[in-house]
Amino acid sequence: MKFIKALWNPKLRSRTISYLVVVAAYILLQAMMATGNLSRLFTSLLVPVTAYTVAAIGLNLNVGISGELNLGQAGFMSIGAFTAVVVSALLEGAGVGALLRLVICIAAGALMAAVMGWLISIPVLKLRGDYLAIVTLAFGQIIMSLLNNVYVGLDPKGLHFAFVTNTIQMEPGGKLLISGPMGATGVSTASTFTAGFLLILIALAVVYNLMYSRNGRAIMASRDNRIAAESVGIKVSQAKTLAFVTASCLAGAAGALYALNYSSFAATKFDFNNSILLLVYVVLGGLGNMTGTVIATALLVVLPEMLRFLQNYRMLIYAIVLIVIMLVSNNEYLRLKMQQLKTKLTRKKGAPANE
Amino acid sequence: MSENNSQAPILEVTDLGIDFGGLTAVNDLNLNVYPNEIVGLIGPNGAGKTTVFNMLTKVYQPTRGTIKLLGQDTAKMTTIDVNKAGIARTFQNIRLFMNMSVLDNVLTGMHNDISYGNVSAIFRLPKYYQEEKEKTERAMELLKIFDLDQKADLIAGNLPYGEQRRLEIARALATQPKLLLLDEPAAGMNPQETEELMKTIRFVRDHFQIAVLLIEHDMKLVMGICERITVLNFGMMLMQGTPEEVRSNPDVIKAYLGE
Ligand SMILES: Nc1ncnc2c1ncn2[C@@H]1O[C@H](COP(=O)(O)OP(=O)(O)OP(=O)(O)O)[C@@H](O)[C@H]1O
Ligand SMILES: [Mg+2]
Repeated sequence: MKFIKALWNPKLRSRTISYLVVVAAYILLQAMMATGNLSRLFTSLLVPVTAYTVAAIGLNLNVGISGELNLGQAGFMSIGAFTAVVVSALLEGAGVGALLRLVICIAAGALMAAVMGWLISIPVLKLRGDYLAIVTLAFGQIIMSLLNNVYVGLDPKGLHFAFVTNTIQMEPGGKLLISGPMGATGVSTASTFTAGFLLILIALAVVYNLMYSRNGRAIMASRDNRIAAESVGIKVSQAKTLAFVTASCLAGAAGALYALNYSSFAATKFDFNNSILLLVYVVLGGLGNMTGTVIATALLVVLPEMLRFLQNYRMLIYAIVLIVIMLVSNNEYLRLKMQQLKTKLTRKKGAPANE
Repeated sequence: MSENNSQAPILEVTDLGIDFGGLTAVNDLNLNVYPNEIVGLIGPNGAGKTTVFNMLTKVYQPTRGTIKLLGQDTAKMTTIDVNKAGIARTFQNIRLFMNMSVLDNVLTGMHNDISYGNVSAIFRLPKYYQEEKEKTERAMELLKIFDLDQKADLIAGNLPYGEQRRLEIARALATQPKLLLLDEPAAGMNPQETEELMKTIRFVRDHFQIAVLLIEHDMKLVMGICERITVLNFGMMLMQGTPEEVRSNPDVIKAYLGE
């Protein structure tokens, strides 16, 4: 009982709720799958949903907690994804089993994206205002164009690379891993829903643990008031870099998870639209609200699939639904009512408000 | 602390000046602050008081003159360096971390006093718990001084104005300064709150053995707690002296008090 109370204290409450929501959803979906109540379509969406959720959690750290607009999160996913494809092929050649292969690929994807995020942040985060948004946007476009023109082959001699035109000459037994606009091909899948579920929990733990720590406070302080943050000795650009790199890292992990779920995929899977969609999930779920991000991502990844019956009108209706949700969730009156409800509930449960 | 306090100043400002384009906002300012003193900086609106604070904390780079902190020239220092070297401040237009809790605002002030890194934080190693516990205790003590300990978990932005001003002082003290700069700490407070604040400022000075330089329009507060006062007018130093001397100086009365 004391333990439960501790989990419900203000600092841990949001974290507890996040974990509970994710675990409950996992159990429910597993039960539905076991009893055959989940359609093939939904089953096929499970891993992508978890991947997008992880990327969106990272993005919320960047946008909600650090307060910097990032329009290139999908670009970092693609770095993780293509890294995973190459690493996976190498590991497969070495006879590594699927589970270990997945774990290593996720780690490699996360690391690669983090390094990339760090490199980009060096020139950018020293600047102020919307520069980061613009650079991340450009980065997303550039990385997609690059990956659209990359050829990677693997043969007994090792890896071969080519750019723009496929000039790779391989020995017998060689295999083309990435073939330009066709993207990654012949990937041995390894991702599972359970792996995605665990990755979400890890992402949440990383973000929450960071938030409630010395540097997490520095990140939030730099967002709330830059001058005041410096006045208490905080290096604002360092704090912002940490948030940005962690966000990139999580996107890389998500990309790797996503990649090893498909036998083939193209770089255009991670285009600007996807970066914007991730941002939409974050904004709809609430800036800084991780539970909201998880729920919004799950619903909004599934929604367009549920609207398939609308055929050509699908994206139109999807857009309208998004706008309606935005309007409703930003409605002052509704917000006020929710706030009142919230205080009412907490008053009843907790000790009398001390004022 | 000891008798040689009055010898070496904590802060030594010599011929300080700054121009904004064609406008000279501050010129030829000379000001020393000694350990354990409470010094007032007064002057009419637009006299350049806040600008002096901004130069001391390197929010603005002075155009002329030198600032020495504990004998060390601050010419090459950044805002962050200056804080590490021992100056903490509050702001005329309150600059709290409005979306963070009251406690977290103070803990943020201890940023450079916490040594665990990201690994300890993300993996929640014992070092994390140990240091967070220590700092939280110290933060709660600070909040208690400002009568905010009951509100530790509230969001700073939801506090009433007077409490926000006090929280800002607590956050500044969390950085363990040797010199505390207060920019109109009593602005927006009622007489009773101002009275309390005066007591608190004196207590803080004695308890932490620090010097205080404060800007204030409330003459009762300034005359009541400052041992020395510097008067600015149009960016120039009008005079420097004890509250008695300032009160009876005809120039000051003309420029400021009698307005
Ligand atoms: N960044 C800036 N750029 C241009 N002018 C500035 C800047 N900062 C301050 N000033 C000018 O310098 C002068 C002094 O301003 P300052 O804020 O220091 O006055 P103050 O004494 O604090 O006044 P108050 O009592 O109203 O707070 C004013 O004329 C102001 O307009
Ligand atoms: Mg001022």
